[in-house]
Amino acid sequence: MKSVTSKTVMALTGNDAVAEAMRQINPDVVAAYPITPQTELMHKFADFVADGDVKTEFVLVESEHSAMSAAVGASAAGSRVVTATSANGLALMWEVLYIAAGTRCPIVMADVNRALSAPINIHCDHSDSMGARDAGWIHLHSESSQEAYDNMVQAVRIAEDRSVMLPVMVCLDGFILSHTLEPVEILDDKTVRDFIGEFKPVHNLLDTDKAITFGPLDFHDYYFEHKMPQVVAMKNAFKVIDDVAREFEKISGRKYTHVEGYLTDDAERVVVLLGSTCGTAKMVVDDLRAKGEKVGMLKVRTFRPFPYKDVRRALSGARAVAVLDRSHSFGAQGGPVSLEVRSALYHHASVPLKNYIYGLGGRDVSGDQIVQAFEELKAVAASGKSSDELGFLGVRE
Amino acid sequence: MKKKGWKDLAVGGRIDVAGNACEYETGSWRTFRPIRDEAKCNHCLRCWIYCPDSAIQVEDGKVVGIDLDHCKGCGICAEVCPPKVQAIKMVQEAELKAKEGK
Repeated sequence: MKSVTSKTVMALTGNDAVAEAMRQINPDVVAAYPITPQTELMHKFADFVADGDVKTEFVLVESEHSAMSAAVGASAAGSRVVTATSANGLALMWEVLYIAAGTRCPIVMADVNRALSAPINIHCDHSDSMGARDAGWIHLHSESSQEAYDNMVQAVRIAEDRSVMLPVMVCLDGFILSHTLEPVEILDDKTVRDFIGEFKPVHNLLDTDKAITFGPLDFHDYYFEHKMPQVVAMKNAFKVIDDVAREFEKISGRKYTHVEGYLTDDAERVVVLLGSTCGTAKMVVDDLRAKGEKVGMLKVRTFRPFPYKDVRRALSGARAVAVLDRSHSFGAQGGPVSLEVRSALYHHASVPLKNYIYGLGGRDVSGDQIVQAFEELKAVAASGKSSDELGFLGVRE
Repeated sequence: MKKKGWKDLAVGGRIDVAGNACEYETGSWRTFRPIRDEAKCNHCLRCWIYCPDSAIQVEDGKVVGIDLDHCKGCGICAEVCPPKVQAIKMVQEAELKAKEGK
């Protein structure tokens, strides 16, 4: 679409939807490198650039490390910057992710979730974004392409809020969302433009009247102090994410917050999930509810900062909870989300938990796998104790 | 100078002044100091060319001194001073400090 003058529902892939959001955001600079399954997102955006639909300075770099480095440089020079990557591309820019967060660059990046090598796998799992969970970026996960579009637009406002000033990663499941068609409502160009507003940079290396030194050295006497504002910014992000969502609801009619409980209010057994699998889980919950089982699903949208209070509130009433991770932290008791959930509940709610790993390397997630988790939770609920055994759904023995 | 607490820092570890790295006296790291013999020096400027810290001070094409605030005592100047000239000697900083009563 060259321009959208009124809210329009279009058949779009997740990549298309994110590219559309980027067109409407019209960033000053995009520096990117292709990697499956992000590639078509950048192709689409490159078309917009070639056709003159955006004013973006599009920098075609030689690697993802360069992509994020150029993004930081551009952000430091006062530009609104957006980029996108996946999997090993994200891994390649790993050191610069920390730099972007540490220097407080409000970069927005779509991460089209794909499994990290080895073995080489181009399909969906969350190992890529989870591998970067300590870098200081805000992480928002999308259940659908609609959410991916909505999250991109909101991400700009979240990142640029003066009390936050942190880079934001919008995650969408590779192939499952990025390459499948879905009806997505695209807001009109002007509404998005007004919503994100004009970029008011905090860093502006090009302002020679207010000379700054960007990204200097610290010794042991200051590094620790320089990390504290990042802690505060992440804390502030809880409120900002909600405030931006409230404003976004006014222009879109769609509600967003940190978590979404699906029939969790009176649920005895709950599964916790991120991303597109939440859609599958909702169907499973409906099917089991029709059979009289009191089950529910908790979708986590904001992974960083981790909404421990919301998770506590949503899960405290359950008799057993299964946290399903689409990535593993090898050597830990469970995947990243399970560790966060356990930490949130520890000493605050005595809800028995069982951790599961599912869907690695794009392993198809059938409803049966989620039913299995709900089934096994019956025993967990009966025992009243958390399980030490890590479950694996959908893997061949 | 009292060190700042984290609440008083500029955003993103920024320094809101440009080019103030020169205020940091890296010369304090020195364990060997270059001593130049003015009589032997023929002002070929090889030491000035090779010094990694731009610490050789030159005026009107002549070496006039060494910036001890920034000379780290790496000894490259002594190394590149032509063999027939050998105008620079590296001397233990501790020895010199003791003599200077520091």
